[in-house]
Amino acid sequence: MSGAYEAVIGIECHVELRTRTKMFCGCVNEFGGEPNTKVCPVCLGMPGALPVPNSKALEHMVTAGLAFGAEVPAFSKFDRKNYFYPDMPKDYQISQYDMPLVVGGSVKYWLEDGTVRECRLTRIHLEEDTGKSTHAGSGDGRIAGSAYSLVDFNRAGVPLMECVSEPELRSAADAVAFLESLRRTLLALGVSDVKMEEGSLRCDANVSIRPAGSSDLGTKTEIKNMNSFRSVERAIESEIARQIEVVTTGGRVLQETRGWDEVKGVTHSMRSKEEAHDYRYFPDPDLVPLEVSRDDVDRLRASLPALPWERFNRYTHEYALGPKQATQLIDNPSLGAYFDRVVAASGNPQQSSNFVLGELSRLANETNTAVADSSVSPEHVAELIALVEGRRVNSKIAKELLTRMWQGAGSPGEIVEREGLAQTSDPAAIERFVDDVLAANPAVVAEYRAGKTNVMGFLVGQVMKASHGKADPALVNELVRKKLC
Amino acid sequence: MSGSGSIEWSAKQIAAAVRARELSAAEVIEETLAHVDAVEGVVGSYLTVLHDHARAQAEKVDGRIRTGEALPLAGVPIAVKDNMCLDGTRTTCGSKILERWVAPYTATAVARMLDAGAIPVGKANCDEFAMGSSCENSALGVTRNPYDTSRVPGGSSGGSAAAVAAYEAAIGLGSDTGGSIREPGAFCNLVGFKPTYGRVSRYGLIAFASSLDQIGPLTRTVEDAALAYDAMGGYDPMDATSIDRPLETTADALRDDLKGLRVGIVREFDTQALGTDLDALYRAAYADLERLGAELVEVSLPTADYGVATYYLIAPAECSSNLARFDGVRYGLRVEGDDVRAMYDKTRAAGFGPEVKRRILIGTYALSSGYYDAYYVRAQKARTLVARDFDRAFAQCDLIASPAASCPAFVFGAKSDPYSMYLMDYYTIPMALAGLPALSVPCGWVTPQWGSVPMPIGLQLAAPLFAERLLLGSAHAYERATRHAAARKPALERAGS
Amino acid sequence: MTADSIDIGYVAKLARLALTDEEIEIFGRQLGDLLGHVNALAELDTASVPATAQVVESRNVVRDDEPRPCLDREIVLSQAPQRQGGFFRVPRIISE
Repeated sequence: MSGAYEAVIGIECHVELRTRTKMFCGCVNEFGGEPNTKVCPVCLGMPGALPVPNSKALEHMVTAGLAFGAEVPAFSKFDRKNYFYPDMPKDYQISQYDMPLVVGGSVKYWLEDGTVRECRLTRIHLEEDTGKSTHAGSGDGRIAGSAYSLVDFNRAGVPLMECVSEPELRSAADAVAFLESLRRTLLALGVSDVKMEEGSLRCDANVSIRPAGSSDLGTKTEIKNMNSFRSVERAIESEIARQIEVVTTGGRVLQETRGWDEVKGVTHSMRSKEEAHDYRYFPDPDLVPLEVSRDDVDRLRASLPALPWERFNRYTHEYALGPKQATQLIDNPSLGAYFDRVVAASGNPQQSSNFVLGELSRLANETNTAVADSSVSPEHVAELIALVEGRRVNSKIAKELLTRMWQGAGSPGEIVEREGLAQTSDPAAIERFVDDVLAANPAVVAEYRAGKTNVMGFLVGQVMKASHGKADPALVNELVRKKLC
Repeated sequence: MSGSGSIEWSAKQIAAAVRARELSAAEVIEETLAHVDAVEGVVGSYLTVLHDHARAQAEKVDGRIRTGEALPLAGVPIAVKDNMCLDGTRTTCGSKILERWVAPYTATAVARMLDAGAIPVGKANCDEFAMGSSCENSALGVTRNPYDTSRVPGGSSGGSAAAVAAYEAAIGLGSDTGGSIREPGAFCNLVGFKPTYGRVSRYGLIAFASSLDQIGPLTRTVEDAALAYDAMGGYDPMDATSIDRPLETTADALRDDLKGLRVGIVREFDTQALGTDLDALYRAAYADLERLGAELVEVSLPTADYGVATYYLIAPAECSSNLARFDGVRYGLRVEGDDVRAMYDKTRAAGFGPEVKRRILIGTYALSSGYYDAYYVRAQKARTLVARDFDRAFAQCDLIASPAASCPAFVFGAKSDPYSMYLMDYYTIPMALAGLPALSVPCGWVTPQWGSVPMPIGLQLAAPLFAERLLLGSAHAYERATRHAAARKPALERAGS
Repeated sequence: MTADSIDIGYVAKLARLALTDEEIEIFGRQLGDLLGHVNALAELDTASVPATAQVVESRNVVRDDEPRPCLDREIVLSQAPQRQGGFFRVPRIISE
C-alpha cells in the first residue's frame, strides 16, 4: 500500500449455526437437498404459522459470546426487519435490533509471523436465514439481466448469527487472519460448520482509507460476494488500491456497495447507499423477550473448551513452537488434542512437536490414517521421548521405532528391549567402531587433516552405519574428532 | 324444520344426546347441513360449506363414541371463521388475495375442537383479514343479520355470529382483536367471549394484529361458551405467546347468583350518550346485576377514551408487517408484472380491499423512519396506561360491566366513513389492549330508529387476566336470571321462504 | 405532526401497494383524518411510562432442538402461483 494512506476495515459476517432444526421451526437444518423439501408452514411464512425459538441456537449464541469475552445482557428480544424480497418468506426477517444477545467482546487473531492482534466486536445478534434464489436467463447465473428467478426455501429459517466488528483492521491480511481466528473459534465451540463454500460463513467488508496516522474515518464502501478467504484478501487489497487511486487522482470515494468480481479481480459498484432502506424495525409480537440467566451463563462459561488463541499463546510462548506449527496443531483438532496428550505425558513440548508434526504426520499422510486413529498412543510417544531424553535411543532409531509402533509393534521400550535397539553409549565399544572406520578410510582422514574438515560428517556416518545406528551420535562425534587430531 | 329439531339445541344438549347415543353425529350433521342449505341464500354465513368434510368428520365422531370416548363436544356442529386454518380446506380471510388458498395444516384451536368431537360445518365469512365491525369488508360474500336481514351481523366475526344465530351451527369460532367477537355477539343475540390474551393458541389463526388477536367462541348460551373454551384453551408449544400454565376449566364454575361480587360501572362510559332506549336498557341490566347480589361500584378508566387512537396505531402497525407475506410468491393471488417489484405492487393492489390497504398504509407510516417514536412507541406507552387503569379499577371490583357496543346492528352502508366504523369498538378496545377476558351477553332488545323489528343488545362483562371462571360463571348467572336471548327468534322464515 | 405531511406515495412504496391517483387522494385524506384523531395521544403524559409490547408478561418461551416432519413438496408447490420443477418461480429481480 502507498505509505501515505492506511486502510480502515470492518467485517460483518453471517454464520449459520449448527443445530438439528431451524431457528423457529422443527424443519431439519441441513445443507442442500432437493429444493423445497425442508420446509413447513412456519419457515414458508404460511398464513397463521408462528415462530418458536430454538433453545440450542440461543445457547450457541451465548457460548460464542463468552468465547469472545463479550457481555451477555440479561435482557434481549427479537425484532422484525421489514423489507420485501422473494426469498424471504414473510417479507420480514426476524432479527435483533437494539437488544442483541451479545454485546462487545473481541476476536484475538495472529498473523503468519506470529504477531497477535485483537479486533473488538460491536455485537453479535441472532436472526433467521433467507431462502436461495437462482437467477435464470442471463446466461451466467447472475441477477443482472436475468429473465426470472427460481426460489428454494430449504435454507429459509436456518439460525444465523450476525457478527459485526469494529473498524479496527488495517490490512487485507489482518482481515483474513481475523476471519480465520473467528472461524477456528466457532469450530472449536461446535456452534457452526463455518464453511464458506457451503455458505455457512458469509462475510462482507467495510473498507475505507485515510491519511496514515489520521484518526478520521474516510467514506466507506461495503464489499460483497467474497466466497473464500482468498477472495476476501484479494477483494480488500483491490479495493484499498482502488480507493487510493481515486483519492490520489483528485476523486472522491462514494459510499456504496461494491461486488467482488473473482474473475476480473476488481470490485464493481452494485448500488448506491443513498436509497437508504426503511426497515421499520419493531419488537416481534409473536415472540416474548429473552432473559439469559446468570446460571446459564456460568454453566456455559464452565463448559468452554480451550480457545484457539489461548492455545496459540500456550504453544508459542510456553512451548516455544513456531507460529506455523502452532497453527497446524490448532487447525487439526484431533492432532492438536493428541499433541496435548503427548505433552502432558512427556513434559517435553519441543520433542513432542517434532514427533507429532514430523514423523507421525508423515506416516499419517503415507497411510491416510489420522495420527489419533493410529495404533500409536500418546503414552507410547511419551515413552519414546523419555528413551531419547535418557539417551537410550538416538533420533534415527527413534524414527524407526515410530514406524514399528505405527505398524502395531507395541510400546517403544518393549521393542527396544526385544530387538536390542538400545543406543550404544559404551565409549570402548564405540571407539572400536571409530578405529575401524578411520583405518578403512585413510584417504578421507588425510583430507581432514589437510584442512577439509567437512569430511567429518562422512566419517561419523560411517561409524553410525557400522554400529547399525545404535551408537550415541554425540559420543561418536566426540570420539571421531578426538581421534583425528 | 324436520327431524329431531337438534339444530336449535345448545351444544351441551347435542353433545349429551350424541354421547348417550340417542342421536348420532351423522344425524345432527345431516339436519344441520339441510338447514344450512335452506337458509344460506338469505343469511350467507359461510364462504365454504364443508358438506363432505362434515359428514366424514361426523362418521369419525360416531366411531369414537362407539368406542366409549366421552367427547365433551360430541357431534356439535361448529362454524369456523375463515381466518383459521383447517387442513385441506379453502381458507380465505374474506380476501381476494387468499380466495383460492387451501390450508395445508389445522389451527391448534380448531384441532382441539375437533378432538373434543366438534364438527366443522363451514368456513364463516368475516371482514377481510378480520378488519372491520360489520362483515361488509369481506371481499367474498355478504352476510346478513338473521334478526333483520337488512342489517349487518357485526364483525369481524360476522359469519360465525350469523351462523350460530341462524342455527347453522351451535358454536361459532371467532377471533377478537378489538371487539370482533363481542360486537357481532351483541348484534346477533349471542354470547361472544374473548378469553385472556394467550389463553387460546393463535397457531393457525391468520394474524391481523399479533399482540391483540385472540380466538374465542360465539354461542347461544354462556354454558356453551364455557364448553368451547375448555376444549380450545391452554398452552400450545406452537405459539410462543400462549400462556404456559394449566387451564382452569369454566364449565364447572357456572353460578346462580352474584353474591359477594363487586361489579364496576365505568364512570367514563356514560350510557346517556347512547340515547334514551339504550340508556334505560343498560340501567336495567346494571340493576339486574345488583338484584343478583352484586354490589355496584363506580370505577374510572381515565385512559379508555384514548383506546381507539391507541388501537388504531398498534393494530395497523402489526398488520402492515403481518400482511407483507401476501406477495404472490408462494401462495395466493398473483398479478404478473415485468419484474418482481411490479408483481408485488400489482398483486397487493388487486388482492387487498380498501380497509386492508388503509390499515397497511397507516401501520407502515407509524413504523417508518422518523415516525416510530411519535406514533408506535407512544401508542405502546398509552397501552401501558390503559392496562394500569384496569389494574386500579380491579382493585375496587371483581368485574366491570359496560355496553358491548354503542348501538344495535345497523343497516348495510350506514358507516361509510372509516372512523365512524372504528368507533364501533369504543367499548371493547380497552379490554383488548389490556389483554383482559371479556364477553358480551344479551341484555335486551331495542327497535332502532327507522327499524321495523327489535334488535338485540349486548352487555359487556370484563374480568381481570385469567379470571375466566369468574367471568363466565357470573355471565351465566345473569343470563339465567334474565333470559333476554330467548325473547325473540331470528326472522329467517319471514325473510327467506 | 400535521395530517398533510404524510407522503402517501413513499408509504405505499414501502408497503408494496400500487395505488391509483384516486386512491392516493382518498387514502391520503382518510389517513390524515385518522392521524388527526390519534394525535390526541400527545395529550397523555407518557414520559416515564414503559412501552407495552406484550400485555401478558412472559419470558424465554423456546422449544427443544427436536426435528418435526416437513411438508410434502407437492402440497407446498400446489399453492404456488408459478412453479418450475421443485422451485417457486418469480419474475426477474431488479436489484435496488
